[in-house]
Amino acid sequence: MSLTVNGSAVSLPDDPRVSLLDLLREYLRLPGTKKGCDQGACGACTVLADSQRILSCLALAVQFDGREICTVEGLGEPGALHLLQQAFIEHDGFQCGYCTPGQICSAIAMVEEVRRAVPSYVTLDVAADNIVLDRDELRERMSGNLCRCGAYNGIVDAILETFGGAAR
Amino acid sequence: MKPFTYARAADAGDAIRRGSVPGARYLGGGTNLVDLMRETIERPAALIDVTGLSDGITEQPDGGLLIGAATRNTALAEHRLVRTRYPMLARAIVSGASAQIRNVATVGGNLLQRTRCVYFYDEEGSRCNKRRPGTGCDAIGGFNRMHAILGASPDCVAVHPSDMCVALAALDAVVHLADASGRRSVNLTELYSLPDGRPDIETVLEPGELITAVELPGLPIAARSSYRKVRDRASYAFAIISVAAALDIEDGRVNDVRLALGGVAYRPWRAWAAEAALRGEPAGEAAFAAAADIALAGAQPLKHNGFKIELAKRTLVGVLGELAGAAA
Repeated sequence: MSLTVNGSAVSLPDDPRVSLLDLLREYLRLPGTKKGCDQGACGACTVLADSQRILSCLALAVQFDGREICTVEGLGEPGALHLLQQAFIEHDGFQCGYCTPGQICSAIAMVEEVRRAVPSYVTLDVAADNIVLDRDELRERMSGNLCRCGAYNGIVDAILETFGGAAR
Repeated sequence: MKPFTYARAADAGDAIRRGSVPGARYLGGGTNLVDLMRETIERPAALIDVTGLSDGITEQPDGGLLIGAATRNTALAEHRLVRTRYPMLARAIVSGASAQIRNVATVGGNLLQRTRCVYFYDEEGSRCNKRRPGTGCDAIGGFNRMHAILGASPDCVAVHPSDMCVALAALDAVVHLADASGRRSVNLTELYSLPDGRPDIETVLEPGELITAVELPGLPIAARSSYRKVRDRASYAFAIISVAAALDIEDGRVNDVRLALGGVAYRPWRAWAAEAALRGEPAGEAAFAAAADIALAGAQPLKHNGFKIELAKRTLVGVLGELAGAAA
């Protein structure tokens, strides 16, 4: 039983109780993914599983046998930041920074959902095959990532600058 | 979290064999069950992962859809035939939880998710007949603004938390089940059992019985349908009140209608009597308000949730008005 984390094969723990989040942080020493509430309410633990955003706290690691996981460490590094990471810096998209890795992973997958025409609760015509990522759509689609510092305006600006108008 | 074994089911037969062992539980996405296990409210001895079973969405001869129980919530909401033929269902799904959770949660798991009653979750501090039958319910005399106004019992006033199921109730969805003795199907509106006496038993499922699929009948009226959710913040919160409605108007009169309420009862609440009262009536606010009164006629408020009755009526009238406006 194994999965891939940021391109490297990783063995699953013997104990099925280990969450994907604890596998990343405690076993693999990848502390970028954050433990906020540990109950699916805050989004700080968001990672990508086969390019889909998920909550690593509500998942057992064993559920991800054979899957590809990408954490914030897999997106960029100092000197070679992801465009969205750079935009968060330029727009003050954080204060304490604790929610930031989750925000960034979430936003990257969110843009793909818009391109696939996955509707949101504020999409007026759910039958539409073309959705424009405006501020309302963005805020609704990012509502699973809380920022207790309240840096939302900077977060929205950073995402819009990087992916604004995303549609096919 | 208590220790458990984990196995992935190869197919439905394998799942049912493994799931018939006492203490075994089927595992969908785990977005609710894993959380409850961490709180030690759920203590399964064995988890049978059924996410490898059918996640297909197949068009049926009557224009309906057969949805594999392992279908992820997002996959259902984004399916073209769901968005065009059953818009209320797409809207209901994307009003629930967050995108991260919807990407993982399955249709079968959504049906069986457990209440978010805070007293149910408070394993160490509160009495709960759902957790421990016969010990009492601290919600009835406690802070109960989120709790049931319809169908409540002296034993439990928790509400079913799903948005998706409210739309499924309005759409006459049928749930397909299987166990070692064979297959059967039940209407979604009959899946949930009355909380009286044993609120810990929430559905009519037999021990070890597996949800294999949800079937939506071909329902042309559903093409003009919507879902509105009222909650304490704009997004990512459970419903205080929600309404799923479909409306067909002919020559200014209600030809047909489907109505269901969420956030009001132990199950998604189909408003049959209100539908019957509306058929043939002029499609306007007077008839909508009269139907809303009928839908809430049996409501019994607790100390803190009396506001839900008026809120449910206004939400119902608002959604019907919106659908009627779109028809004009």
